[in-house]
Amino acid sequence: MARLLLVSVFVIATCGLVYELIAGTLASYLLGDSVTQFSTVIGCYLFAMGIGSWLTRYVTRNLLGFFISVEILVGLIGGASAAVLFVLFEHVYSFRLLLYFIVTLIGILVGFELPLLLQILKDRLEFKDLVSKVFSFDYIGALFASILFPMVLVPHLGLVRSGFLFGILNTLVALVVLYAIREEIPASRMHKLSAVVTLIALCMGFVWSEKITTLSETSTYQGNIIYARSSPYQRIVLTKQAQDLRLYLNGNLQFSSQDEYRYHEALVHPVMSAVASPRRVLIIGGGDGLALREVLKYPAVESVVLVDLDPAMTELFSGNEMLLALNQRSLLSPKLTIHNRDAFLWLKELQAKSDRPRFDAIIIDLPDPSNFSVGKLYSVTFFRLLHTVMENNSIAVVQSTSPLVARKSFWCVNKTLEAAGFCTAPYHAYVPSFGEWGYVIASRQPYRRPERYPEGLRYVSVETANEMFHFPADMARVETKIQHLDNQALIHYFDDEWSKYLIY
Amino acid sequence: MTLTRRNFIIGSAATLCVAGLVEALGHFGQPKAVPGTIPGASSAVGHKLRAQSFPAPSREVECEVAIVGGGIAGLAAGYHLHRAGLRDFRILELEQQPGGNSMSGRNEVSAYPWGAHYVPLLTEEATEARRLFEEFGVITGYDEAGRPRYNEYYLCADPHERLYRYGRWQDGLIPALGVGAEEEAQYKRFFAFMESLKNRKGRDGKRLFAIPLDESSQDREWLALDNLTMTEWMSREGYSSPNLHWYVNYCCRDDFGTTSAETSAWAGVHYFASRNGVAANADAGNVITWPEGNGWLSGKLAEPIGDKITTGALVYAVTDQGDRVTVDYWEPKSQRSTRVNCRAVVVATPHFVASRIIRSKTWSFPAEGFSYAPWAVANITLSKLPAGKGAPLSWDNVAMNSKLLGYVVATHQLTEMKPLKTVLTCYWPLTHRTPAEARAEALRRSPEEWRRIFLDELLKLHPELDGQVERVDTWLWGHAMIRPARGFLWGEARKAAREQCPPIFTAHSDLSGISLFEEACTHGVRAAQNVLAHLGIA
Ligand SMILES: Cc1cc2nc3c(=O)[nH]c(=O)nc-3n(C[C@H](O)[C@H](O)[C@H](O)COP(=O)(O)OP(=O)(O)OC[C@H]3O[C@@H](n4cnc5c(N)ncnc54)[C@H](O)[C@@H]3O)c2cc1C
Repeated sequence: MARLLLVSVFVIATCGLVYELIAGTLASYLLGDSVTQFSTVIGCYLFAMGIGSWLTRYVTRNLLGFFISVEILVGLIGGASAAVLFVLFEHVYSFRLLLYFIVTLIGILVGFELPLLLQILKDRLEFKDLVSKVFSFDYIGALFASILFPMVLVPHLGLVRSGFLFGILNTLVALVVLYAIREEIPASRMHKLSAVVTLIALCMGFVWSEKITTLSETSTYQGNIIYARSSPYQRIVLTKQAQDLRLYLNGNLQFSSQDEYRYHEALVHPVMSAVASPRRVLIIGGGDGLALREVLKYPAVESVVLVDLDPAMTELFSGNEMLLALNQRSLLSPKLTIHNRDAFLWLKELQAKSDRPRFDAIIIDLPDPSNFSVGKLYSVTFFRLLHTVMENNSIAVVQSTSPLVARKSFWCVNKTLEAAGFCTAPYHAYVPSFGEWGYVIASRQPYRRPERYPEGLRYVSVETANEMFHFPADMARVETKIQHLDNQALIHYFDDEWSKYLIY
Repeated sequence: MTLTRRNFIIGSAATLCVAGLVEALGHFGQPKAVPGTIPGASSAVGHKLRAQSFPAPSREVECEVAIVGGGIAGLAAGYHLHRAGLRDFRILELEQQPGGNSMSGRNEVSAYPWGAHYVPLLTEEATEARRLFEEFGVITGYDEAGRPRYNEYYLCADPHERLYRYGRWQDGLIPALGVGAEEEAQYKRFFAFMESLKNRKGRDGKRLFAIPLDESSQDREWLALDNLTMTEWMSREGYSSPNLHWYVNYCCRDDFGTTSAETSAWAGVHYFASRNGVAANADAGNVITWPEGNGWLSGKLAEPIGDKITTGALVYAVTDQGDRVTVDYWEPKSQRSTRVNCRAVVVATPHFVASRIIRSKTWSFPAEGFSYAPWAVANITLSKLPAGKGAPLSWDNVAMNSKLLGYVVATHQLTEMKPLKTVLTCYWPLTHRTPAEARAEALRRSPEEWRRIFLDELLKLHPELDGQVERVDTWLWGHAMIRPARGFLWGEARKAAREQCPPIFTAHSDLSGISLFEEACTHGVRAAQNVLAHLGIA
């Protein structure tokens, strides 16, 4: 009996720590800023445990029955916590309130566990023995959990499923104790019934955890959604599957961490390496900081201005450790100034100023021209504004959708840049998660390909560039209209061409 | 048990009832009453003209020229006097700001029109409007073919128009959904015919249908259309398609505030056949517009002459005294009357006002035959942009089964990618009753009633906007626009009204019988030229 209870100390200790880790991880996934999230979740949890321990003084009778109730409840609440938080993330008024409420609830219940067990066991073991055994099992459990969590649970089971698994273990402790113990526990039938029901519910949760996570997002994303938020401007969703981290804006894939380096190297280096001394750089869009990461590979860069409409994007990518690892903390660079502004308005305002800055390189990394709103930023009027912040030898580049899938769209961007008074140099790169992707360079002087690129690039090189600037027959130039504000030909091309391409 | 989102959420909510409560609190906020005002027009002040019981002028001022009315015609007259170097003139305007039917408002979200909101690409005859457009930078140059190049920021941005029917939005305003082959054929015939008229000339070598209207051919054969209504003409020509009839009726209500059953066929055909403007950099059908609508134009006109405009001044008498003209006005604010002694006057008010206030021994200005359409215009401020199934939010959004014409999006012309808030201007020509009845009914309705009417119509189209409406402001135009009813355009009343009797000159779009920017500014500039000639200024 005593041994059984000691084993359960180990199990419940592991469970307790796992719930805490789940809550902390989930909070930093969903809310970003992992340091804050972890500190506050742990603090809240420990404090709640204190409350639980303190409350045990009021439990004087039927200790074992109470212990069993606590185990069932912890199993249910702790086990379902990850799923509940995920699903309700989008629906509750204040997610933080819900988060800390659940964390506190679990904390209080877990706080009951050890003092209760100590009391239960105090008549069966020597005090010295009791304390040393209980606490060492507790600490071993904690160590076990902390190793298990990052190495096995998160990568293989995911947060939701791990939650259910440990909920099941918690409930099993209650059931085993119920069956193994001879002494009379009042209402033992009721306990058994609720334990079994909880167990079944948790098992169902475990089996269907995949479905539960998709419940939280109607569109079907590959991989698990680890972050979803609707800013006033767009819906931002991050998914993760194995090592692959993906960003979706309004359901459209923006990058896959597996091959985004191809996209971003191809976007940035043909321009940056062609400018003799790229001191001042402007990035329009690109709130993920990935183009910026490439830009910062040039020591000549003195200042970068990044104009991205949505503060939610730049905050997410400068606050979340996982994303900071991906963009190599580029958004925290002291050379950077972020303007969360509409790029068109921002440029138009600059145009009116005589002391406006000029940029040596301009990188335009906007969402595809899939609607009339973004379409404005592909218009000849917008492109013409770029002149006002360029020098004679400045170079700009525009991400221009797929020349293979959306050939007219691509060449429409090219033609529009020409109409805005630029010499253009169109090129393309293969990015597996996107397909064949296109870019157009715009400059006042004819573009000359660089003879050198920075060290350590994985995709772009002088040799790849030969390939990139060559257009095979299936992507060769076609005649198109120009994209005007009052007649957005590009949007119609884009709609037409991508709707035919069902593979995507 | 199947695991559905609902079951799951209900289950979780039961376990976490407190969390559920928090959620509920967030969703069921108290519905707020939507605020709003009726800032104009100043009908109560205007109605004082009938009784003519004003205090005698308590002071007198002198100036070379007085202009009565600061609408487009009055402003264009003033602008032209200024252009010609004359500085000693004044514009007297009843409302608190100039602009007349081209007035605009502004709040934290956007500027918005209270009336006129666009100008089509200019016709070749609209020389005065063209000159203004060049001076204002609306036309920035010409291509080799002589086609004007319009400022891109002022060309109506894409997408232009959408139509709501059967629960979804379609592109363009001509009904497309559920239109059969026979109707389709009628559409084709109708629009091909109108297209063919665009550059067709009459026996006198002038275009059949021109803007300004008085530049049109006087070919009897075509003027005879004025004696039919548009509906009669359509039946005569074998157009029976209900959708086409709906569309033509929509156009007549939109431009004339009059149903196609009452509009002169000449006016109805003019709507389709007169606009032959082209641009170097835009499709022929496009229009020029601004967030504040034609308020942008009245603002530009007023810019150099702002110090000459007196607002809040009701002119009640313009008297030809033989050696001079006196203009008497009353200011509701100070309750005082003032007399302006001048050498010439431009009366740029609607004709029914002109006929009340002008006192001349040589000439009377009968108002018989002039009939006016009342309109209600609401500006609805939203904290969210309207959406809807089908075609995306456009500049002009029309619902087929609504009594309103639809709404124009004030923020549409902003280059901003995604404005988070907007103002919609909803237009309602009150054609459901006779003008007099509709006018009386409009003035009887309380501000709340007006808010309700516009809100209901909007929410019918956009249930998703419930709770997103910040305010609804309404403007009631009792005499919004002259109605080109059967026989009016080429009849005697308009002809008589156009006669000028120096030193009192008249200028108003009423004189054209159709209410358009090009007409108003043509009359304004012409009147100013007459004044200059009368005063002997080159
Ligand atoms: C709802 C609506 C929508 C319209 N939309 C368009 C459009 O999109 N495009 C277009 O081209 N046209 C449009 N119009 C037509 C519009 O009327 C003309 O474009 C133009 O503004 C007419 O100018 P106006 O100077 O001739 O007349 P008004 O605008 O009538 O000017 C007369 C002025 O005289 C003032 N006044 C009257 N009596 C007195 C008095 N006793 N003392 C002093 N001042 C007085 C009035 O306050 C007013 O300011 C629209 C009109 C309305 C009502």
